[in-house]
Amino acid sequence: MSLLSFGNSGWGDELFFATLMTLAVSITAMIIGFIFALIFTPLKLSKNKFLNIIANSYTTVIRGVPELLVIYLFFFGGSGAVMFVASIFGYNEYIEINAFITGSFAIGIISGAYSTEVFRGAIQSIDKGQFEASQVLGLKKPIHFLKVILPQMLRLAIPNLSNVWQITLKDTSLISVTGLVEIMRQSYIAAGSTRDPLFFYSFAALLYLLLTFLSMKLINKLEIKYNRGF
Amino acid sequence: MDFDLMLNSFPKLLDATLVTLKLLSLSLIIGLFLGFCFAILRLSKNIFISRFAYGYSYLFRGTPLLVQIFIIYFGLGQIELLRTSILWVVLKEPYWCAIIAFSLNTGAYTSEIIRSALQTIKPGFIEAGKSLGLSNKIIFFKIQIPIAIRQSLPAYGNEIILMLKGTSLASTVTLMDLTGVAKYIISTTFKPVEVFIVAGSIYLFLTFLIHNLIKFLEKKYSY
Repeated sequence: MSLLSFGNSGWGDELFFATLMTLAVSITAMIIGFIFALIFTPLKLSKNKFLNIIANSYTTVIRGVPELLVIYLFFFGGSGAVMFVASIFGYNEYIEINAFITGSFAIGIISGAYSTEVFRGAIQSIDKGQFEASQVLGLKKPIHFLKVILPQMLRLAIPNLSNVWQITLKDTSLISVTGLVEIMRQSYIAAGSTRDPLFFYSFAALLYLLLTFLSMKLINKLEIKYNRGF
Repeated sequence: MDFDLMLNSFPKLLDATLVTLKLLSLSLIIGLFLGFCFAILRLSKNIFISRFAYGYSYLFRGTPLLVQIFIIYFGLGQIELLRTSILWVVLKEPYWCAIIAFSLNTGAYTSEIIRSALQTIKPGFIEAGKSLGLSNKIIFFKIQIPIAIRQSLPAYGNEIILMLKGTSLASTVTLMDLTGVAKYIISTTFKPVEVFIVAGSIYLFLTFLIHNLIKFLEKKYSY
């Protein structure tokens, strides 16, 4: 148990901050994913064939390629891409992107592909009459979306979004290959210096279980809230 | 775009695809067996047995696959008893550690798929079997199992694709699978985009094949 004590002698505080890092990356990635989903869901539902193809290739490619491969693409290609864009604006110095940003972006794009599918499914299962009714009432487009479609969509989407959250949370463990100190990386460091991998990796597993368990509790509450009309 | 590199890396990546496919098929076979056993344990009337099966699936579905591989590959070697036992022949090989981790992981997901398929069978089917005087064994193997297989095909197809992507983690324990070789080429040439396109296309092609195979089976077993 002394291995987990706080301060210089133990790994308690390091693992605590690593857990916060995992949470921070997961939440950032989830938000980036939502932004991607907000862009690609309308494209998926649009009547324009070309826009459909763009959105479909995004979700198909990302969901068909291993997460680790996407992370390597961002890890090795990220700073190159940024430097290329910067060189257009006349900036030619070496730019290194922070592992947190690369990681959250890589996981965010993956999580966005899943969220897009969830939102598409949710919007498609809203009763057609709801769209017609708000047209008949002459509601403006933003109000129609915010007050009619969004609340109904969320109710249908929350159970599936909780799956996306779980996938995202677990995927963040893969960013450890880029050196970002989250739960997995911290356990790797601790296991290396104490030669006790069994203990630290099992403890990491426990931390992940705790995170998934607590977030499920929270999401269940949200589900009840959005289901109150039914 | 470096097309030469793409052409040159293609055969290497194709070789590595064989490793990926070997890992995938072996873990799926063991995982299916485990999933089937645990699904039946889960439906047992004995509360301890069903809790045990639930605990197994909760543990493996709630933690990242990477942690599971690391516990098995790095962690188990620490136990003196294991290192001196015959099991060590298997556990010292990263290949078998990856297979064990993948099988246990996919077994947990598969057990959930099979359990829910068995549970959603309409009681009428079983009652019909009973009223025909069929034995429990025959009802199970000739009525419940075929219906459950049909029910679980779409979900199991997704699980196969998830597992295909999961095998990429074998590269973290020094195995040279498709992702492992791709990473090696990227880190020696610093051309991530080109390698990603080639390796990604191979993965997409495999996903496409699995998707269509499952669709074909679904059609074949539809009623």
